[in-house]
Amino acid sequence: MFDKESLERLEKEKVRWENSTVKKVIEKTPERYEKFYTGSNIEVNRLYTPLDVQEMDYMEDLGFPGEYPFTRGIQPTMYRGRLWTMRQYAGFGTAEESNKRYKYLLSQGQTGLSVAFDLPTQIGYDSDHPLAQGEVGKVGVAIDSLKDIETLFDGIPLDKVSTSMTINAPAAILLAMYIAVAEKQGVSSEKLSGTIQNDILKEYVARGTYIFPPEPSMRLITDIFEFCSKHVPKWNTISISGYHIREAGATAVQEVAFTLANGIAYVEAAIKAGLDVDEFAPRLSFFFNAHNDLFEEVAKFRAARRLWAKIMKERFKAKDPKSMMLRFHTQTAGSTLTAQQPDNNIVRVTIQALAAVLGGTQSLHTNSRDEALALPTEDSVRIALRTQQIIAYESGVTETIDPLAGSYYVEHLTNLIEQKAMEYIKKIDELGGAPKAIEKGYIQQEIQDSAYRYQQEIESGRRIVVGVNKFQIEEEPPKNLLKVDPEVERIQKEKLSKLKATRDNLAVKNALDELSKKALSNENLMPTIITCVKTYATLGEICDTLRRVFGEYKATVSF
Amino acid sequence: MQCERTIRVLIAKPGLDGHDRGAKVIARALRDAGMEVIYTGLRQTPEQIVEAAIQEDVDVIGLSILSGAHNVLFPRIMELLKEKGIDDILVIGGGVIPHDDIPFLKKCGIAEVFTPGTPISQIIEFIKNNVKK
Amino acid sequence: MELVDGILKKDKRAAARLITLIEREDPTAIDALKKLYKYTGNSIVIGITGPPGAGKSSLVNELAKKMREKGKTVGIIAVDPTSPFTGGALLGDRIRMQELTLDPGIFIRSMASRGSLGGIAKATYDAVNVLDAFGMDYIIIETVGVGQTEIDIVKVADMVVVVLVPGLGDDVQAIKAGIMEIADIFAVNKSDREGADKLVTEIEMMLDLSQNELDLRPPIVKTVATSGIGIDELEAKISEHLSYIQYKGVLEQKRKEKTREKFMELIKFHISKIIFQEKGNIIENLLKDISNKVIDPYTAMEKLLQCILKGE
Repeated sequence: MFDKESLERLEKEKVRWENSTVKKVIEKTPERYEKFYTGSNIEVNRLYTPLDVQEMDYMEDLGFPGEYPFTRGIQPTMYRGRLWTMRQYAGFGTAEESNKRYKYLLSQGQTGLSVAFDLPTQIGYDSDHPLAQGEVGKVGVAIDSLKDIETLFDGIPLDKVSTSMTINAPAAILLAMYIAVAEKQGVSSEKLSGTIQNDILKEYVARGTYIFPPEPSMRLITDIFEFCSKHVPKWNTISISGYHIREAGATAVQEVAFTLANGIAYVEAAIKAGLDVDEFAPRLSFFFNAHNDLFEEVAKFRAARRLWAKIMKERFKAKDPKSMMLRFHTQTAGSTLTAQQPDNNIVRVTIQALAAVLGGTQSLHTNSRDEALALPTEDSVRIALRTQQIIAYESGVTETIDPLAGSYYVEHLTNLIEQKAMEYIKKIDELGGAPKAIEKGYIQQEIQDSAYRYQQEIESGRRIVVGVNKFQIEEEPPKNLLKVDPEVERIQKEKLSKLKATRDNLAVKNALDELSKKALSNENLMPTIITCVKTYATLGEICDTLRRVFGEYKATVSF
Repeated sequence: MQCERTIRVLIAKPGLDGHDRGAKVIARALRDAGMEVIYTGLRQTPEQIVEAAIQEDVDVIGLSILSGAHNVLFPRIMELLKEKGIDDILVIGGGVIPHDDIPFLKKCGIAEVFTPGTPISQIIEFIKNNVKK
Repeated sequence: MELVDGILKKDKRAAARLITLIEREDPTAIDALKKLYKYTGNSIVIGITGPPGAGKSSLVNELAKKMREKGKTVGIIAVDPTSPFTGGALLGDRIRMQELTLDPGIFIRSMASRGSLGGIAKATYDAVNVLDAFGMDYIIIETVGVGQTEIDIVKVADMVVVVLVPGLGDDVQAIKAGIMEIADIFAVNKSDREGADKLVTEIEMMLDLSQNELDLRPPIVKTVATSGIGIDELEAKISEHLSYIQYKGVLEQKRKEKTREKFMELIKFHISKIIFQEKGNIIENLLKDISNKVIDPYTAMEKLLQCILKGE
């Protein structure tokens, strides 16, 4: 992009500037540190110039929005056409309470739903399971059967909203319930839009809500891919998640690398199951974290987009440009929130949200200030949503596409992150792909090392966290935190025993027997699971049936 | 008896949440502070935690929880310890735990609760000053 | 004595506490061990060793489950290395044995090696005696071993299972020096992985070269611990080997040797301790003279011996 002559002149001039102008100042007042780093420990230079991006080719590396390699964004008009979807992850207690919160959020201008499930639901236990004790309705809504899903979406037209469900190991079952409840509303599955997280690999690595071993888990995922491509064409069948990998302590580079490596594994599994790449790849979506280091994060999103486009085109020979587009949801980084001076979190979330928008996200969840302390209150959730709205309507960053492109620093970081992520992916390929690398504990080990380094930097004071290791104050414990009613567990158990007494138990048994048989075969399990949920077989019963056939995953832990 | 004896710590995750970043970082930090750290993994019931603490004869149990089930699970662990007549293990907790809940947890016998952002050096200091055996 | 009574009454807390006292080299531990000695000698001690990442804990977990199915009780001692820099240790073997925690017929103890080489904690021998007196039918000792360091396990165990996995590189070549001689049984774990058959062939070839002293060729069992495959066979091979060494009197012979070695170690340890304590001054003075070439080390040694023997 720059001619040789002017680069040579620049190089000379830069040396001159370093040795005269800069040197004089540094002799008097040294810089704050000897070396500077990004939030993910990439060394940062004093100044970036065309010299740092001289290899770059505009058309090849950046291109235009909506065109390969999608570095500048996946839509031709980006936010000039339509703003991102503001999607606050919510759900707690019973289906009744969550239903109320959804209706409130929709009335406040939120444009999509995002369902949080409680942990027993995520791990496939009913509310009356011994391990569910104390957990029912705590981090999300408790779902035991189709009955609860009917309540959850009562009065919400499912052909009008898009719904994202944070569900992984039992994703097939929750999707089946969603399809069944839509049918009862008179909405056919073709009209449904939304996302299931359905990303089991990162559960083994970072999030911990797994049920089955990798092989049958991958089979459930490819069954969903296949089923949806025929019957729920607008559904995002997976949200390949770097979010939790980052939360577990990974760096920005590792987040990109491990997420895309998982993505590669899903694509390979689907192709192996006989699907054509352009049949399912357009429905793959991603989910990233937005951390504090503004420029590094923007560069990360851009690098991820370019890298995925190349992988899909070159490695998997995709033909449909939609297969090459990395569409992603972003959530601000929960791990950066502090319990100390919680209002400071509003500012952190603002910077992180800005990074996501400058990075071209398709949808965004902004965390609430009090999430290091408890589930967010309605007030806190509103501020978080307002943060997005202020960025969207007041900051002006939405008016042009990819405004940070061409910044020597941002382009340099984009290149660097892509290159370092690619090195990781090569290493993972050498280990036999993401599932094998996970089995060997390689990815977990890398993440844990980063997490530990991060903590040590805070302990030593090299990394400053405002209000935590600098600028602390004596403070009153915060008040008015959200409390989940402990009655939820009792209510949920009552509903469950009532359900079991009133449903057609023979139909349930027959459906579960059928599922057991199908699980042993190679047939797609989705239709049978839909039959099961319609008989009001519970989530726990369905998962137990599959546990008996598939077995359960046991963690490998390395330090 | 040796003058500087090794402190043994059980790091346990009761409840169902899979967020073990904190537990693992602390496990490493305590090791680097010269302690022997036994980590038992995710999804441990109160019964399993207490039994492991007995067999490992630990000085300290560190509980990490982010799911919000602490008000049920922490007291249950203390109750089980009491039932078995164990009063010489220091039990501490950490995770996403609202301030309002801390007095109750302390009343149940949890010696200290560390919320996000606590420097690990402070936790190490606390353990060294408060081990009971 | 409370602890001794407790252990004989199968109180796990008492056993756990005594092991702690042993680890701390607390003198009261010796008193308890004296009283317990006559109750020992009934457990079968099985060493399980292999490189990191071989899946030893999973294998121990499955094996213990199998032994429990047969009505046997099992004590497990999992040894991991102590960090030489900080003196601390991370002991994560229980993660793989979660399901055994609440079984009344199982006792699991994680031990850090605390500075001793050989992948085995100095206190392991005594800890085994505690679990033996406690009445465990089997005691499994799990240690990390690469190269020659795991040979120590032979000093404690009646028999040794060496666990290997395919895909760890040239592991057999690298570790054969230490491992081939001590293995009574080989387990090729994660045998659903590529390279399992090749590994089996490699082990076979190495066995062809080294003739076992018992004329009993160590069997090779293919396992996949995470799905329980091959565990039946492994357990059967362990029982077979056991019957064989019992029948041939090998076990008795081995144990006699072990007792002898342990006693010799005790003697060496205590005598040298006494000498260093009581003749410390003389030793230091002799040392000075040796450095200054006033005397040679051999004559100095003779002088020291004379002092000791005359009780000077």
